[in-house]
Amino acid sequence: MIGDAHQAMPVLGSMWEQADGFVALKLVGIGLGVVGLVFFLGAAVGMVRFPDFYTRMHAAGKGDTLSTMLMLAGFACVTMDDLSVGSWLLFIKIMAVVLFIYLTSPTSSHALMRAAFEDDEMPLTEEDLKKSKRKKRRGRK
Amino acid sequence: MTYWFAIVMGAALFTLMIPIVYRIWVGPTEFDRILGVNVIGTKTAVILVIIGTVYDRLEMFVDFALAYSLLNFVGAIVVSRYLNRTVSLKEMEARERKEKAKA
Repeated sequence: MIGDAHQAMPVLGSMWEQADGFVALKLVGIGLGVVGLVFFLGAAVGMVRFPDFYTRMHAAGKGDTLSTMLMLAGFACVTMDDLSVGSWLLFIKIMAVVLFIYLTSPTSSHALMRAAFEDDEMPLTEEDLKKSKRKKRRGRK
Repeated sequence: MTYWFAIVMGAALFTLMIPIVYRIWVGPTEFDRILGVNVIGTKTAVILVIIGTVYDRLEMFVDFALAYSLLNFVGAIVVSRYLNRTVSLKEMEARERKEKAKA
């Protein structure tokens, strides 16, 4: 299968030849990284477009945590060249970072939300949405 | 293949950080800014791993990433505690004034 790819697409074929280590593991890692980028795109769009602090925190907290974990796991898979002790140590270290972010990122989001709520930062209500719609209609007319 | 994957991922991460920097710049409340700083700090750990992959010194940069994510967490907790504390003190003063006005 790899030889066929080399004959059909020379650029990809040269990339396969450069790849050392486990190609399947690298493909899994690249897939995880791309999925993480998609989630981070969602978080970035949500942070710009959402109308309220709490909705922005929803986008940022979830998307940021999951995308960071997916990207780090992808890099842990990509950089695993052989099954020696050193590369296992790297894999475990990166997975420790993943576990740490899994534990701490929702915690810091929760602490920020709590601080904002006790600072009388009120969530967006239905009336606020109606007001903003009226303003937009007036602006268009 | 690993090298180019790392380069492309780093470029995409920096591109996607631009909207978050915008949110830090204009953010209506201070909590929006802290949230943006927190997101960028978490992504900095990923960028450190990417730099380590590019320079083939991953065993060193992974420790940096771990320390950076730890500091980021502590910073977010401290900032939220600080804002919470100051605001609740203000509220206490306001309540005391109201009680005095009633009395």
